[in-house]
This record gives sequence, structure tokens and C-alpha cells, in this order.
Amino acid sequence: MVVDEVTSDDLDRLFHALSDATRRDIVARVMLQEQSVSALAARYAMSFAAVQKHVAVLERATLVSKQRHGREQIVSGNPQSILRAREALERFEEIWRGRTDRIRAILLEETVGDKEVTGPTVAATPEAIPTRPPSTNDPKGPSS
Amino acid sequence: MTVTSTRKDVEALTLGFVTEFEAPIERVWDLFQDPRKLERWWGPPGWPATFTQYDFVPGGDASYYMTGPDGTRAAGWWQITAIDAPQRLEFDDGFADEEGKRVEEMGAAHGVVTLEGIGAVTRMTITTYFESREQFDKMAEMGMEEGMREALGQIDAILAETTV
Repeated sequence: MVVDEVTSDDLDRLFHALSDATRRDIVARVMLQEQSVSALAARYAMSFAAVQKHVAVLERATLVSKQRHGREQIVSGNPQSILRAREALERFEEIWRGRTDRIRAILLEETVGDKEVTGPTVAATPEAIPTRPPSTNDPKGPSS
Repeated sequence: MTVTSTRKDVEALTLGFVTEFEAPIERVWDLFQDPRKLERWWGPPGWPATFTQYDFVPGGDASYYMTGPDGTRAAGWWQITAIDAPQRLEFDDGFADEEGKRVEEMGAAHGVVTLEGIGAVTRMTITTYFESREQFDKMAEMGMEEGMREALGQIDAILAETTV
């Protein structure tokens, strides 16, 4: 395909990662500001291990990346991957944009066709009648 | 000029599309109802659609294929789930194999078309619902290809216009 070479496996992981409310919440938070796994875990009514699992799913989908700082694991967002999910939807949008353009063209064609049935209105205007240009010279022309 | 707006919801996997046509509602409806007219706009540029079956009643089946510039065929099916002429049409839309049989594992997208007459203008809203994340993933791949053809076709059209 193009530039980024997005495979269906990539998209699989991406949409799977985004299909869970907790994971979407994690993504939204770390996009704003990077956070440690323990700070994230404190926000949800689930175990540290469960939150860590969610982060791992997001990491595989390249939505977030994780770095170790001493004892802490810091999670930060990867906006590029969110853009990719949007792009997939944009492709569908493109399909409908094309379809509506064609519908519009057909409707226009039909409208023009109707007008032709009632008869073309091409009237000869006085301006359209050729007139002799006003002559300023001797009408007899070059005879001298 | 016509305003077209779209609403994408990545999380809910829906795609909304609103546009207006300067034509009466019956005429726009006819472009869905009449398969010969539908064929003229359903496929992307260079991929005209041929509907081999079109049973335009609730529960009715439709089969079509699109033919590419090199003769490649891409087949699909519709199942019409609701009709309220001339303002509402609902259908499932999926992929088919070379024999026209449904590719069940690809699932289907559910499309809802509503038309609304506002004076001489018809507003069309199309909402596509993907049934699940898995199904969206699969369709995204195919959709990306078709969207690409659509985009390329439009570029071709623009190029053709500018060279004339």
C-alpha cells in the first residue's frame, strides 16, 4: 500500500487495543502526559497486574511506549498510531465521498436532460446579428 | 455549493456522512431503487458495478460485482433490511467470493440511508455501522483498498479535466 505500509495485522492490534474502555482511558491520559504504571493503576478499580496487561496490549498496538526509569515504568502516548486508526475510517469516508460525487453528476445530467425536452432556449439577440463596422475612411477604398 | 460533513467515531466504529443534492427526494431515491442507476455510482472510478440480482424489498437480496480496468472482479452482496420509500433504506453490505457467495467471515457493515426533502434540496445521511471490532478490522483492509481506488480515480478525473 502506501508510505507507512499498514498491514491488516497492525490494524487488528490497533482496533483490538481501542476496543476496551480502560485502555482508551489510559491512551487518553498518557497522550496528555506520560505517567507511571503505578500512577495509572491507582486510578482504576483493578489490580496493578491487570493495568500492566492493558498497557502491554497498548504497547503491542504501538499506541503507547513504556520506558523504565529506576523502579518506575513510564508510559507515554504515540499519537501516530491514533492517526492510523482514523485514517482507516477516512478510507471509508473517501468511498462515500466518491459515491456522492457520482450521484450528484447523475442528478445534474438528468436535470439537464429534462430541460432539453422542454426545448432549448437559444434566441438570436440583436447583438448577435453581424453589422458592418462603421467606416471612417473613404468607402471607395484605395483608388487614389 | 453543497456542504458535505462527516462524523467519524473511531471508538463506536460508526461513520456518518451528510450531503445535500439539488434534486427532489424521489429522484435521489430512484438512484438507490433502480439497479441500473445504482450501477452508475456504486463502484469507484474504473470499477463499474453490475448488479446480477436486486430484490428491492425488505429482506431482499442483491448481488453485484465490480469490474476493474484489468478485468479483475470484486464481488459483494446486500441484504435489504428495511425500506420506507422515499426516505429510508437499511441494508447489510458484505463481500462475496468469485462465485458470488457471501464471505461470511468478513461479516457485514450495516448501512442506513435517510433522505429528507428540504424545499428543492434533498439531504442524504448515510451511517455505516460496523458490527464488531474484528469485523471492522477485516473490512478496514478491503475498505482501504477501495478507498485508495476512489482517491486515485478522483485524481485521474482532475488530471483529465486540467488537460482538456
